[in-house]
Amino acid sequence: MCLAIPGKVEQITTDGDVRIGRVNFGGVVKNVCLDYVPEVAVGDYTIVHVGFALSKIDEQSALETLDLFRKMGALDEELASEEEAFARAAIAPQSACPDGSCELTGKNLRDISKGGSAE
Amino acid sequence: MKYLTEFRNGEVAQRMAREIHQVATRPWKIMEICGGQTHSIIRNGIDQMLPAGIEMIHGPGCPVCVTPLALIDKALAIAAQPGVIFCSFGDMLRVPGTDADLFQIKGRGGDVRVVYSPLDAVELAVKNPEKQVVFFGVGFETTAPANAMSVHLAKRRGLKNFSLLVSHVLVPPAIEAIMSSPENKVQAFLAAGHVCSVMGYWEYPSLAAEFEIPIVVTGFEPLDLLDGIRRAVIQLEKGEHRVENAYERIVTYAGNLEAQRLLGEVFEGTDRAWRGIGVIPRSGWRLNHNYRDFDAEERFQLSGIHTEESPLCKAGDVLRGAIKPAECPAFGKECTPRHPLGATMVSSEGACAAYFNYGRFLSAEELASAGAVNA
Amino acid sequence: MPDHGAPDFSMWSCPLQLADYPTIVMGHGGGGKLGNELVEHLFLPAFRNPALENLGDAAILELGSGRLAMSTDSFVVQPLFFPGGSIGALAVNGTVNDLAVSGAEPKYLSASFILEEGFPLAQLAAIVSAMADAAAEAGVRIVTGDTKVVERGHGDGCYINTAGVGVLRQGINVGPNRAQVGDAVLVSGTIGDHGMAIMSVREGLEFESQIRSDCAALNGMIANVLEAVGPAVHTMRDPTRGGLASTLNEIATAATVGIDIDEAKVPVRSEVQSACELLGLDPVYVANEGKAVFFVAPDSSDRALEVLRASSLGRDAARIGVVTAQHPRMLVARTAMGANRVIATEIGEQLPRIC
Repeated sequence: MCLAIPGKVEQITTDGDVRIGRVNFGGVVKNVCLDYVPEVAVGDYTIVHVGFALSKIDEQSALETLDLFRKMGALDEELASEEEAFARAAIAPQSACPDGSCELTGKNLRDISKGGSAE
Repeated sequence: MKYLTEFRNGEVAQRMAREIHQVATRPWKIMEICGGQTHSIIRNGIDQMLPAGIEMIHGPGCPVCVTPLALIDKALAIAAQPGVIFCSFGDMLRVPGTDADLFQIKGRGGDVRVVYSPLDAVELAVKNPEKQVVFFGVGFETTAPANAMSVHLAKRRGLKNFSLLVSHVLVPPAIEAIMSSPENKVQAFLAAGHVCSVMGYWEYPSLAAEFEIPIVVTGFEPLDLLDGIRRAVIQLEKGEHRVENAYERIVTYAGNLEAQRLLGEVFEGTDRAWRGIGVIPRSGWRLNHNYRDFDAEERFQLSGIHTEESPLCKAGDVLRGAIKPAECPAFGKECTPRHPLGATMVSSEGACAAYFNYGRFLSAEELASAGAVNA
Repeated sequence: MPDHGAPDFSMWSCPLQLADYPTIVMGHGGGGKLGNELVEHLFLPAFRNPALENLGDAAILELGSGRLAMSTDSFVVQPLFFPGGSIGALAVNGTVNDLAVSGAEPKYLSASFILEEGFPLAQLAAIVSAMADAAAEAGVRIVTGDTKVVERGHGDGCYINTAGVGVLRQGINVGPNRAQVGDAVLVSGTIGDHGMAIMSVREGLEFESQIRSDCAALNGMIANVLEAVGPAVHTMRDPTRGGLASTLNEIATAATVGIDIDEAKVPVRSEVQSACELLGLDPVYVANEGKAVFFVAPDSSDRALEVLRASSLGRDAARIGVVTAQHPRMLVARTAMGANRVIATEIGEQLPRIC
């Protein structure tokens, strides 16, 4: 469960005792209760489920995740350059920690890729 | 839509699928908990992209499907009463009770309304002081904060005509029940990303350790699902059983503390019956003594409701992952979306409905060879 | 929302009587003086044409020789006015389109109203005005009609039925069962606009957006296509309730063929897509009121597409798929992932979901 979709907060007001955000979901705007995300400000993206914002979207994390995804699975592509292949190998989990002893969360992968080769 | 569409890139998805092909050397069975994930997997054909040995078992993450028949019958009884405005999410409208569904009650004159948010139901209560407004609060932990806030606001505003019919179910006890079952074949879990946006994932390490299974917090879009599956496979191949967060842009370890605070104020744990599975101890939430006045089951003293499951329906086996929908003898025959026997065929999240609607009764070859689109 | 101000009562023979009744009363359906007032001062001026002005029990029409097409539809939409249209516009365009996709040139319409006691005259005037505009745009005339009034509480304000007749073009023989293996499947533009425009103003689900109904008469655009490629068009349909998915399924079943489409090629406005995401709906099941699908022989499909795109209502036209001998009676879509999914006919109304 859980159809929650990302939207951008355009305006924040108070309706009585409730903090309401005007949130824009790709051109569709709805008022959303922001009481659960006091840290969300105008301009932030948030994930909304049945009229309630549940979490602020970490945009940096989103972009890094996308970047990681885009680099995957290309090892067998003919056009992969050597540099690219090296960068990919550097962030690929199995090669970074072959004996599986380290905690490989996305955070660690980002650290590894920053220390990896040029992109 | 930003932060949504990018995670549906077909080209990247195919490359990610190739990664999974590269790392998988053995067959594995992975369960995705959430109905939204099941829907996304089947609708996008994610399972078609995986290596043959990787099997996705569809979990009971469809709160619509697991709502006990007795509660649905209570909902129908309340909705049929004059002077009641019965509000629900769209998902619940066609779930069959013993004799009818909410849609039919509406047809017989019941005031049944589909709303987007429980706050809409509170609004209706304010605008219709002479009516009793009841909201059908069904869902996992993701929806609980919305219901909590709604009943909290109703109390604060002193509304006398708003009540909640609650059926909240929880993920960690479900995982425990599944793993403890002697028929269990699940070797790894994709935890529900939006449930975890509320609850965090601090509840999972003990489960991962106790049952020695990888648990990967996963999102809903194709790229997120492929990443979750990939990480689970990598752990399985290495014999690991850790908790990983593959949905970092939304989920943190602790979760949403504001939401958890209000949940504690409004709800308390309870045993819950899961339709087709049975009672799982401490697997649900109900309104606690501070909010008991707003409990529709208390407000509407109902009796004489006859509840009976269809003997042909095997939704329970499907929900436990013991059989695939197509393996049910009634699938596509006595049981279709037009004449559903159980909730898994009605709810768009239900595995049976997903299989039926997305054509899983075509053979794999037939489906794969279709669509040589010369457009 | 259109500005429906009060009608101009100065022309009414008994302005006192009606000015005192700015709403519909039972007498308006009675066929007596009040009913006649409505016809004389509301319907006639709006729909002005000789056939109607005879005010006989039947309209006498010239239709030439050749075969006729006839169609009828009733319109019960709520709300009555929505972004991009109204029940009035739908009532005219809906029947015009049913005739046009059957290969006929729409000519004459009837219009029957069932009004609820208490319905504001100003709203009726606005609806009638919209019908007049739509009829003029489509080049059809409303030549006969009826009005009945039901007691308060027994109707949704205003229901409209329209029936229409048209003349079948020579050499054109279209029908759902005529789709053939190899035919190109074309759609005249973006899907889901109408249904989501209605959702955007539906109580309990409303949201703000720029989405407008695509309600429009398609006969002009269809005439262009038929003139250009004529007999190469095997099937035409307008995907109204149930959306593109239901229409394509109906055709697949009627012609006992399979249809393959490419999801990426189906045009959807990004806002409509966003609104569908918000409510958990699939655009392929959402209603359209100004779109047509065409099944065209492969050699003529490029030309048909060109002609569509040159029409003001067909600018976003696209080739979305092809008719196949495989999987008869089924619609299969290739998803963005490169996997295939069957798109089944929707059962009843698609409901917003949260899961």
